[in-house]
Amino acid sequence: MKIKAFKAALPHTIPIAIGFLFLGMSYGFYMRSNGFSFVYPMLMSMFIFAGSMEFVTVNLLMSAFNPVAAFLLTLMVNARHLFYGISMLDKYKNVGWKKPYLIFGLCDESFTINCSVTPPSDVDKGWFMFFVTLLNQSYWVIGATLGALLGYIIHFNTKGIEFVMTALFVVMFINQWEETKEHKSALIGLGASVFCLLLFGSSNFIIPAMALIIVMFTLIRDRKEAK
Amino acid sequence: MTVTQQIITIAAVVCGTMVTRFLPFLVFPEGKTPPKFITYLGTVLPYAVIGLLVIYCLKDAVFSSLHCLPELIAIAFIVVLHKWKKNTLLSIAGGTILYMFLVQVVFV
Repeated sequence: MKIKAFKAALPHTIPIAIGFLFLGMSYGFYMRSNGFSFVYPMLMSMFIFAGSMEFVTVNLLMSAFNPVAAFLLTLMVNARHLFYGISMLDKYKNVGWKKPYLIFGLCDESFTINCSVTPPSDVDKGWFMFFVTLLNQSYWVIGATLGALLGYIIHFNTKGIEFVMTALFVVMFINQWEETKEHKSALIGLGASVFCLLLFGSSNFIIPAMALIIVMFTLIRDRKEAK
Repeated sequence: MTVTQQIITIAAVVCGTMVTRFLPFLVFPEGKTPPKFITYLGTVLPYAVIGLLVIYCLKDAVFSSLHCLPELIAIAFIVVLHKWKKNTLLSIAGGTILYMFLVQVVFV
């Protein structure tokens, strides 16, 4: 039963493998180039397992100690998972002990596969989703660890490599922009952040920006409802 | 930051991530439907947060002597490359290499 589910899950995860190995390696290499041991990206990719936030955490580790702000920022950055969870309430029913792991590993990519792919009828649904999640996480952890290990061997001028994080978010921004005709949300995020950055300065703008974004969304929604 | 502080920071990030992943399943056990405001935020926040993260990445460059110039050049390049080739990994790699070239060779 397990082998069958594994064989059914594997092909769906191959495109993810390519992306995760590449991004995971950039992440590991980036951490190593900032002087962190390979243990950091290895454990962080295993336990945080939320790519964007792992990149951001590298910056957090290099700034002043502020766990509350780190926690709040994580809630905002990963708020989309709430939505994934809500969509998966039904699918993750009746899978037994695998459920906590499925929820723990609910990253964007595993969500995409598990919510859109229906395994063949002779394959156990729970094991199929379990292997999709496990394979995706493995690619990410292996990539991150390999990247950091490469950082010990390969030496070149890494000045500017931190831009890989900016590049990642810019590309995600463009992808999202093209996915929808409704650009208000994206513009609110960008506008509120720029406004708060200029107003509060680089070390204090994140929390006001998050608050402003939520306030603005609440206002738009109320206005929509009033109509 | 000391190692203990680093561990606490990472733990805070792990907890934050776990809250966002487990909360729906804890609050809405079988059959209960979530309030509309929560599902609404779930649909609009992803778009706004990526914008916030882009600005977060640029936060220190804005106030530097070059005021984001190399960053903006590299971002413009990513936009063009991505519109043209539509290949996520290529755009990330291309943009990063150009940026590294800019800060190592051009704007020294």
